Amino acid sequence: MKVTSKPAHLKSVPDDYHAAPGTHQLPTHISIENLSLKIDTQIIFDKLSLPIYENRINTLIGPSGCGKSSLLNCITRLSDYNNSSLEGKIILDNNDLLHKKTDLIKLRRKVGMIFQKPVPFPMSIRKNFALPLKEHGVRNTYDIEQKMENALRAVGLWKEISNRIDTRADKLSGGQQQRLCIARVLALEPKAILMDEPCSSLDPMATAIVEELIVGLKEKYTIFLVTHNLAQAKRIADFVAFMWYHDGHGRLIEHNHADVIFEKPSNPITAAYVQGLTE
Amino acid sequence: MNALPTNNNLADTLLKIASWASGIFIVLFFGYLLFDITVNGFSRIDFSFFYESPVNAGRQGGIAPMLISTLLILILCLCISLPIGIASAIYLAEYTNEKQWFSRFIRRCLNIISGVPSIVMGLFGYAFFVIALKLGFSLLSGALTLAAMVLPLLIRSIEDSLRAIPQSYRLNAHALGLSQWRMIFQILLPMASQGILLAVILSIGRAMAETAALLYTSGYVMRTPDSIMDSGRSLSVHIFDLSMNVPGGEPSAYASALTLIVLLLIINTITAYISRIIKNRSIK
Repeated sequence: MKVTSKPAHLKSVPDDYHAAPGTHQLPTHISIENLSLKIDTQIIFDKLSLPIYENRINTLIGPSGCGKSSLLNCITRLSDYNNSSLEGKIILDNNDLLHKKTDLIKLRRKVGMIFQKPVPFPMSIRKNFALPLKEHGVRNTYDIEQKMENALRAVGLWKEISNRIDTRADKLSGGQQQRLCIARVLALEPKAILMDEPCSSLDPMATAIVEELIVGLKEKYTIFLVTHNLAQAKRIADFVAFMWYHDGHGRLIEHNHADVIFEKPSNPITAAYVQGLTE
Repeated sequence: MNALPTNNNLADTLLKIASWASGIFIVLFFGYLLFDITVNGFSRIDFSFFYESPVNAGRQGGIAPMLISTLLILILCLCISLPIGIASAIYLAEYTNEKQWFSRFIRRCLNIISGVPSIVMGLFGYAFFVIALKLGFSLLSGALTLAAMVLPLLIRSIEDSLRAIPQSYRLNAHALGLSQWRMIFQILLPMASQGILLAVILSIGRAMAETAALLYTSGYVMRTPDSIMDSGRSLSVHIFDLSMNVPGGEPSAYASALTLIVLLLIINTITAYISRIIKNRSIK
């Protein structure tokens, strides 16, 4: 323990963090174990462990730049594209995702991802669904049609846009685009969905709709949501993990039930951070 | 106090005048060029000009063989350079980053090629395609030389338009588990199609205008080519020959130049139309 070397106000940062107490009995869907990420030569985070619970809304909060989005990218191995090196394990279905032989296309079908800014491809709504579905082996036009309709119904978009399926997807409104992107992921029937600040580019009305949608999704899917909107985390999270930028890289400070984090956090940094909510 | 900032300060006014002036200058310049060529060339053109062979070294008769040679060279040149250009641009934009030595090396080579004077390219084409590869003075030799000349332009502008696509499209495509192949051919290339179109139009212009490189490679025989292995005279070479070597050839030279410009406009329109069809098809 190097506790003494830390600045006084950060003394309570745990050196070695593990799962939140009292939550071990919940089924873990994705288990992040001692994960370290380096991009170029910079350490983004070091030896981070975090369980992501099945059919719960797991959120990750913290200030910008502490490595939240990078952590998400590691799980779907999008980190591969920016010269990063990973150590540790990410366990999903008893397999280490970081293994060299992981089939990335299959992995990304199992674990969907929603980004901050919705990016519908500049083509018809139908083709936005057909393209990934074909990649994953759904070639029959009728099947594609069915999966598209089901997914659009699940996000409550079918009634709004069913009459313009063949028009360009990037002409929809921002909120509709984000729901379309969620539907595009749902159509692939993933088991977990990672969301990187999915509402930060949406207006309050659209945010409310998407939040409601996310709450509905947890029945079927495991949700791992990164947000720096504390109010949002408070509204919809089941579990909250709090990351903080410390010693030049991101650290996981606390992980617990959402109400514990917001009502009586055990760490003073967490307390200070979540109080920003009420002040 | 009226301290509100206004748009009417001196620098803004000067900038406005300067940009308007340069715009007007370009329009006037092109207008004069077109006017001069039309006035001097139009009277020489009648319908038979396009389907007759030249008579008396081109002073009389038409330009049918040159039209055929020009179009053949152009089509061949695009068939060779476009696939190579798109493939190289994909390699540079999607498989390397700007820092890697190999992609830097390729870029440097392209910059050098694009700076080589066309007469030197012509000599290269003569030495390599005509002599070394034994293709002889032929439309194919000319097209290959032209392809080498337009490749830097094609590659750089296609690469630029691929790089201009925000990274978020690639991330989304990867996150949906799309293969690199599907992402490039079904998302990125259609998105870059406007840039590719522009590159193709510029290349066509460059290829149609090229004279020096073709003198050494396709030759300047005035008859209609039977195959791509035949020698043939392009329109630009014809214009050059008429104005430099044929006394009294000026009217025909002007008429051929007018034809060349109109042909260029027609081809550009067709290219734009084709690219729109391709783009629409990629959307549905």
